[in-house]
Amino acid sequence: MTAAVVSDALEQEHVESHLHPEPTYDLEAHPTPTGREEIWRFTPLKRLRGLLEDTPAAGSLERKLELPDGVTLSELSLEEASALGGTAPFDRLGALAARNAGSAVLLDVAAEADVTEPVRVQLHGTGTEEAVAGRVVIRVGRHARAVVLVEHSGSTTYNGFTTVLLGDGAQLDLVHVNDWADDAVHAEQINARVGRDATLRQFEFTLGGDLVRTSTNVDYAGPGGTAELFGLYFADAGQHFEHRLFVDHNAPKTTSNVVYKGALQGEKAHTVWIGNVLIRKVAEGIETYEENRNLVLTDGCQADSVPNLEIETGEIEGAGHASAVGRFDDNQLFYLRSRGISEAEARKLVVRGFFDDLIRKVTVPELAEKLSAQVEEELQRHVLADLELA
Amino acid sequence: MSTLEIKDLQVQVQTEDGPKEILKGVTLTIKDGETHAIMGPNGSGKSTLAYSIAGHPRYEITGGTVTLDGEDVLEMSVDERARAGLFLAMQYPVEVPGVSVANFLRTAKTAIDGEAPKLRTWVKEVNGAMERMNLDASFSQRSVNEGFSGGEKKRHEIAQLDLLDPKVAILDETDSGLDIDALKVVSAGVNRFREREGKGVLLITHYTRILRYIKPDHVHVFVAGKVAESGGPELAEELEANGYERFLEAAV
Ligand SMILES: Nc1ncnc2c1ncn2[C@@H]1O[C@H](COP(=O)(O)OP(=O)(O)OP(=O)(O)O)[C@@H](O)[C@H]1O
Ligand SMILES: [Mg+2]
Repeated sequence: MTAAVVSDALEQEHVESHLHPEPTYDLEAHPTPTGREEIWRFTPLKRLRGLLEDTPAAGSLERKLELPDGVTLSELSLEEASALGGTAPFDRLGALAARNAGSAVLLDVAAEADVTEPVRVQLHGTGTEEAVAGRVVIRVGRHARAVVLVEHSGSTTYNGFTTVLLGDGAQLDLVHVNDWADDAVHAEQINARVGRDATLRQFEFTLGGDLVRTSTNVDYAGPGGTAELFGLYFADAGQHFEHRLFVDHNAPKTTSNVVYKGALQGEKAHTVWIGNVLIRKVAEGIETYEENRNLVLTDGCQADSVPNLEIETGEIEGAGHASAVGRFDDNQLFYLRSRGISEAEARKLVVRGFFDDLIRKVTVPELAEKLSAQVEEELQRHVLADLELA
Repeated sequence: MSTLEIKDLQVQVQTEDGPKEILKGVTLTIKDGETHAIMGPNGSGKSTLAYSIAGHPRYEITGGTVTLDGEDVLEMSVDERARAGLFLAMQYPVEVPGVSVANFLRTAKTAIDGEAPKLRTWVKEVNGAMERMNLDASFSQRSVNEGFSGGEKKRHEIAQLDLLDPKVAILDETDSGLDIDALKVVSAGVNRFREREGKGVLLITHYTRILRYIKPDHVHVFVAGKVAESGGPELAEELEANGYERFLEAAV
C-alpha cells in the first residue's frame, strides 16, 4: 500500500481528548511538559536525563543483526521515513526522536514473504553520557509474515521512534526485550498502522533500566485488522517502568487485545500502565479487551494502572477492561505449602504462574525459555533472597 | 507408626470486632491405622480445627498442643508439617493460575521425599492416580484447580493423597458437593489409603452418608468449638436418625 492510500484512509474527524494529543512531527506543537499534563504526570521528568531537550543526539547503540531471506535493511533520510506513512509522534519525546535521529533505518519485509526465522536486532548501549536518538520503520508487505525480535541491553540514554506499517493481510510479531543495565534511560514510541485483515502482535518485556517509558499507539488502515499488545515487566527498587498504550479503533470490524502483567519488588519500584482505547463512530462491530495485573511482592512499591475506554458508537461486538494491583495470595501460598512445598518455592511457582500465559504467547521458543529464566532471576534477587536470610 | 495427638487446643481468629475464640479446648488422639469421623453443624469449628493443624496463618493458637509421633507440630511451618506427614484435603481447594497440576505434583512430591521422583515411574503413577479418581489425563496440563468443578477439585485432593502418601490425612468435608458416583470414587480412594500400613484419617463431615462407604473406628460430635461426645459408629447412626438437636441444646 502506498503512503498516499494510507493517509487517505486516515482522513477522519478529529476527536477532542486529553488522553491522546494530536499527532504531529512539528516540535512546536509539543511544548516542554511541566509534569502536570495528563500524559506526563506519572513520569519523573528529571530522570529522563535531558531527553526532552531539543539537542542533537551524538550517541549511538551497538547493533548486531540477523536478517533472514526476504528481509532487507536500508538507510533513509528522516523525510523519506516520514513519507512512508504511519502516525506522527503523539508527544515531545517521539517528536524529538524523529527529528534528532540523523537518519532512519527501514526494515522491509517483502510482500508475501513467509519469513519463519526471526529477524534479530540486538541494540547494546555503551554509555549514558551521549544521548541516542533512533528512528526505525518496520514495513511488512501485504500477506507477508515475520517475527522481529529487538533486544536492548547495556547502559544508555536512548529515545526511539518506531513506525510499524502492516500491509493488507500481513502478520507481524514484534518483540521488544528491554533488559537494560541499572543506569539506562529509555523512551520509545511505537506507532503502528495495521492493514486490512492484518495482525500485529507486539510484546514489550521490560526487565531492567533506571527509567523505561514506552508508548505504543495502534490504528488501522482498513477493516478486519487485529492488534494484540502484550507486556511483562518486573521492576526492582528505584526503577520506573511506564507502558502507555493507545488503540484507536478507527475502522470497522477491528480487534484489539491488550494484556500487560507486572511484578514489583523493592523500595520505590514504580510501574505505570495506561491503557487508552478509542472506539470511533465508524468503528462498528469492533471488539476490544484490555487487562493489566500487577503483583506487588514487597512493601514500598507503587503500581499505577489506568484503563480508559472512550466509546463513540454503540454498535460494537464487545469492549471490556480489567485492572488489578494485588499482593501474594495467602491462600495460594498456603495451599502449595500444605503440600510440602517450601515458601520460596511456592512464591516462585505463583509468580511463574502469574506470567505463564504471557510467556506462552511468545512464538520464539528459546526466547520464551530465556524470559522465564529471567523472571526467576529477578525473583531470586529480592523476594527469595530475603526469605533465605530470614 | 503414626499418632496425631491434639490436647486442649484453643484457637482464635482476628475479626473486625477483635479476637474471636473458635476452638475451646479440643482433645483428640488418632492412633496408628485409625479412622476418626468428626461430625458437627455448620460453623461449629470443624474447618478451623483442620486449618489449625495444617498451620494456616489466619488461625492463632492460644493454648494446647498438637504432636505427630511426639513431634511438636505447632512449632513447624506449614510446609514442614506436610513434610512431617500431615495432609489436609481442603473443603475449598485453592486455584493457582498458571501452575500446571503436573508441575505442582512433581514439586510437592520432590519436597516431601527430599528427592525428585523417577521420571518414568512418576508419570505412570500420576496417570494411575488421576484415572482412579476418574480425572482425565488432560488434567495434568491444566492449572491447579482452575476451572475445575466442585467435584473435580475434591477428586484432585484425593489423587494428591494417593500420590503424596502422608502419615495422617485430614479430610475436610471431602464429601460435600459430590454426587453419588463421585462420592463412591472418593470413598474408594480414601479406603485404599487406609489399607496402607499405619495410616491415620480424620474425616470431617457434615453428613452421615459418606460413613456408609468409609467406616470410622471412632465418631466425635463437634459442637461450638469442642468435642461434645465421642463414641463408636453407632453415634453416627444416632445423628442420622435424630440430627444434632440433642447436642446443640446441651451446648447452650
Ligand atoms: N477468619 C475468620 N474470621 C471470622 N470468623 C471466622 C473466621 N474463620 C472462621 N470463623 C468463624 O468461626 C466459626 C467456625 O468456622 P468453621 O469454618 O471452622 O466452621 P465449620 O464447622 O467448618 O463450618 P462448615 O460446616 O460450614 O464448614 C464460624 O462461626 C465462622 O464464621
Ligand atoms: Mg468447614
